Amino acid sequence: MSRKFTEDHEWIEVAGDVATIGITKHAAEQLGDVVFVELPDVGVKFSKGDDMAVVESVKAASDVYAPIDGEVVETNGAIVDDPAKVNEDADDKGWFVKVKIDNPQQLEDLMDESAYKDFVA
Amino acid sequence: MTNQPQPTDTDQAACLHHLPLHDLHVSLEGKMVPFAGYEMPVQYPMGVMKEHLHVREKAGLFDVSHMGQAWLSLKQGVGEEGAHEKIAAAIETIVPGEIQKLGAGRVRYSVLLNDAGGVLDDLMITRPSSPNQQGRLFLVVNAAMKQADFLYLAERLGDVADLTILSDRALLALQGPLAAAVLEEKIKTVSTMGFMTMRDMEWAQTSLMVSRCGYTGEDGYELSVSADRADAIARALLADERVQPIGLGARDSLRLEAGLCLYGHDMTADNSPVEANISFAIGKRRRSEGGFAGAERILRELAQGPKILRVGLRPEGRAPAREGTEIQSLDGETIGTITSGGFGPTIGGPIAMGYVDANYAESGTKLNLIVRGKPVPARVCPMPFVPQRYYRAPK
Repeated sequence: MSRKFTEDHEWIEVAGDVATIGITKHAAEQLGDVVFVELPDVGVKFSKGDDMAVVESVKAASDVYAPIDGEVVETNGAIVDDPAKVNEDADDKGWFVKVKIDNPQQLEDLMDESAYKDFVA
Repeated sequence: MTNQPQPTDTDQAACLHHLPLHDLHVSLEGKMVPFAGYEMPVQYPMGVMKEHLHVREKAGLFDVSHMGQAWLSLKQGVGEEGAHEKIAAAIETIVPGEIQKLGAGRVRYSVLLNDAGGVLDDLMITRPSSPNQQGRLFLVVNAAMKQADFLYLAERLGDVADLTILSDRALLALQGPLAAAVLEEKIKTVSTMGFMTMRDMEWAQTSLMVSRCGYTGEDGYELSVSADRADAIARALLADERVQPIGLGARDSLRLEAGLCLYGHDMTADNSPVEANISFAIGKRRRSEGGFAGAERILRELAQGPKILRVGLRPEGRAPAREGTEIQSLDGETIGTITSGGFGPTIGGPIAMGYVDANYAESGTKLNLIVRGKPVPARVCPMPFVPQRYYRAPK
C-alpha cells in the first residue's frame, strides 16, 4: 500500500496492521530548523485528532495530531536525540511513531501522494 | 500538524506597508511575514539557525527600516551655546538616562517613561557630533510603538522642541565579529569608531549616519540612509561573501541570547525599568536628582528593590519554554511568567527570560516552568546567556 497524507501534513505508511507516521517534507520546511521533539510512550492509545507529539523549531511549537486511532508500538528515539534529523530526512529516517491500526477504514479518508501535492501547491 | 497560537507583533490590518528593501528581500527569497504593519523577512533560505550562527561567526545584514527614526530639535537656538543642555533637559523629563552629559557623537540606550514610571518604549538617543547640530537629538524607536512614541514626544515636549519623523530613511544593521572589517573596506576609519558612537559619513555618493551599536550582543553598526539609496548600499554589503542577509527570526534569537528586552514582551507600560532589570539605563545624577516621569516609583524601587524582576532562565533538558509559560516555585506557587523563550542556537539549548517574584530572582534559584501542563525544572541564571562582544576602543 502506498503512502497516505493528512491535511495536517503528516504521512502514513502502512505495513500489515502497523502504520509508520511522520511529518511531510513540506511541513518540515515550513517549520524551519527543528530543535525539539516530544514523542508519546509506547503503549499509549490515541484517537484520531488527539495531540500525539510535539515538534518545535527555533521560533515556534507545533502539535502533531494522531491521524488515525491506534496504539503506539514504537517511537523514533533518533529524532529526540537529534531533532535536526526531521529536517534532513522528514520522509524516511525522520519518522515519528509506529502505531497499531485500530480502524483501517480511517485510512480511506486520507489523501494519496498526488492529492497531497495538489493540496500544498 | 498545526501551529499553536503564537504571540506575535502581527498587524492584522489588510494593508501591509512595503519598506525600501522589499524587492531585495523578495529576490533573496526572504520568507515575508506581517510584522508591526510591514511585510518583513522572517528568514531567508539559509534558515533561522544558520543565520543566527553566521552572525555570531561572521557578519549579517538586517533590514530594520520599520523602526522609527526622528530628529528632536529645539524650536529655537539649534547650534547656539547651551543648546544641547536645553534639548537634553527637555527629554530628561521623560527618560531616566544621563543625556545632559552625553558627549557629542555618542549614542545612549534609554526608555520613554509614563508618569507611573512604566516603560512606554525603549529607544536609542544620539547626540550629533557637529557643533551646528547641537540642540538636536536623533532618536530610533521600535516599529510597533513609533506612532504612539511620536505622539507622546510631541505632547510632552512640543512646547520646546519639534519632532521631525524621518519616514524617508531606511535603517540597516550590520552585525557580527567581521562587521568592522567588512565596513572598513567601504568606509575608511569606521573600524576606529568607539562602541555607542555615531558619525556622519560618505560612501558611494551617499550620506550615512553610522552608529556603532546593535541589538545582537555582537559588535556592529547601524546605518541610517535615505530610502532611495538603501537598496544600493544593502547590495554592496551583501556582495561581500562574509555577509549574509538575516531575517527577524534570527534577530529575535540573537537578542534573546544577548539578554536584551523585546519591547511589548519583556517590558511593557506596566513595568518600570527597575523591574525590567535595565537599571543601568538610569543615570547616576538622575538617581539623586529625580525629575523624570515616574521618578517617585522608580527611585523607591531602586532603594527598596522591586516586587518583581526580569531574570534569565535555563530550562533543564531540551524543551523550549515559550512566552506565556507559567513559572512556579518548587512548592507549586505561581511566581511569574516567561516573556521570551525559545532555543538559543549558540547555547545549543533552551533559554528564556521572564518576570519572577523578586524573592526568587537570585541566580541559581531553582524553579519549575509549566510546559504543556508538566513542570520542567529550570534555574535562574545571569544574562546575557552568551558573552557580549561589543567593541572597546583602545585607550
